[in-house]
Amino acid sequence: MPKDVAIVGAGQSAFVRGCAMAVRELCFEAFTEAMDGLKIGAKDIDGSIVCSAPEYDKQRSPSGVIAEYLNLIPKPTMYVETVCSSSTTGLRVAYSLIKAGLHQVVAVIGFQKMSELSSRDAAERMGRGGDIVWESPFGLTMPAGYAMYARAHMATYGTTEEQMAKIRVKNSSYGSMNTKAVYRKVLTLEEIMQSEYVTSPFKKFDCCANADGASCIILASRDVAAKFTDKPVWIMGLGAATDSTSMSGRKLLTGLLSAQDAAKQAYKMAGVGPDDIDVAEVHDCFTISEILAYEDLGFAKPGEGPRLIEEKQTYVEGKIPVNVDGGLLSKGHPIGATGGSQLRTIFKQLRGEAGNIQVKDPKIGLVHNIGGVGIYGNVIILGR
Amino acid sequence: MGFEKFGTVSFTAETKAADFISFLEKGKVEATKCKKCGRIYFPPRMQCADDLSSDVEWIDLSDSGKLLTYTTVQYGPTGFENDAPYTLAVVEFNNGVRVFGRLDKGLPPAEIKVGMQVKAEPLKLPGDKISYQFVKA
Repeated sequence: MPKDVAIVGAGQSAFVRGCAMAVRELCFEAFTEAMDGLKIGAKDIDGSIVCSAPEYDKQRSPSGVIAEYLNLIPKPTMYVETVCSSSTTGLRVAYSLIKAGLHQVVAVIGFQKMSELSSRDAAERMGRGGDIVWESPFGLTMPAGYAMYARAHMATYGTTEEQMAKIRVKNSSYGSMNTKAVYRKVLTLEEIMQSEYVTSPFKKFDCCANADGASCIILASRDVAAKFTDKPVWIMGLGAATDSTSMSGRKLLTGLLSAQDAAKQAYKMAGVGPDDIDVAEVHDCFTISEILAYEDLGFAKPGEGPRLIEEKQTYVEGKIPVNVDGGLLSKGHPIGATGGSQLRTIFKQLRGEAGNIQVKDPKIGLVHNIGGVGIYGNVIILGR
Repeated sequence: MGFEKFGTVSFTAETKAADFISFLEKGKVEATKCKKCGRIYFPPRMQCADDLSSDVEWIDLSDSGKLLTYTTVQYGPTGFENDAPYTLAVVEFNNGVRVFGRLDKGLPPAEIKVGMQVKAEPLKLPGDKISYQFVKA
């Protein structure tokens, strides 16, 4: 396996609703945790990448302000965006900068303060997530886009609303143990099934919540990683792909082609397959999204994703533990921070530092982070 | 200009494909086809990505298609608050073209089934706006 670029530090703020901090202060919390235990200071970081979904930001060009606040100037900083997958796209750019030899140590900082906008303004942004020329004029929203995947999966494979609800049962049980999660309540199957419809077949508890939060990942080249930590986590494989923004352009409605493409690339680069993955974080913005991820990543054959959750194979004790930190469904989804939070969970798992959600001795972990309704797909494979 | 008439809330007034509106006003829902390579586009576009040609023609989507998926939205974004509930859908036409749009609001929920045959037809909206919807074929 390639050992060229390592993650040496990973942190996140608590994900909360209506955070009483400025964006830069939120980022400071994530940065502080990422730096904890490292034998370096901010002066050793020679570049930074800042990631968010800009339509929620008040600050124009946030990278400069954040780099200044974290003492990362005068080193270069830049901004990267692919909506909900922004911070794993940031990781991809950071990896490239290090591999190219331009940088040795790069911090990837993701954030979103969704409460910066009024709920009225947020609803207006929500209507512009799709193709604004041809599809937003119909009132398309992100939940509606994923709901159409859920309906197609149900019609094609007989997937049920109860099977989707079981994803939330699992994730809420783990979310209750995650002190950084916005939603800590354990939900029963009945509570989920009885919640009101938002966009059929999704009910309230099939959907993740907005949140404010930040994440930070610190990457280092092979040459210097050992100077910073005794327990580097190596980037073994990276995959990224893009699908049409318009729903009319989608060739598949029972899986995300962007995720399938990205997974193939990442497995190939890492020289491993789905059976080699010991623990995974997938983009469960909705319950169906986790089922689609099981299939798109090859943990299950097309149509057989629901069986994995029925058999509890994705619990900590199962064949392939998935989202045992509560996932987006429990943690909340501060758009630009989400990918970094997923990476942080796998980083801790592979170092044996995941506490009461620790999977037994994992060697290889996977992160699946999706932007928009499957527009952008990022898959990252990490190893010890 | 002219494209600001499209849909319940429009976000852009200008596109080379604005003739889509004139066709809707004449009762037709149209896609475009590249005259050079034959690729059909929906959403319509006047510039073919395959061979970078602008020699493109309009074609009719008058045949019927199959409902591939749908969702009934209970909470609309800004501008759609009083419009919900409404049903969004993706339909595959017999020529293979997939089209996103809305299902006829008059269709009883119990009759909506994946696989059902539908047709696209123009739909006049309040305030001189226009769109299209899928009705039972």
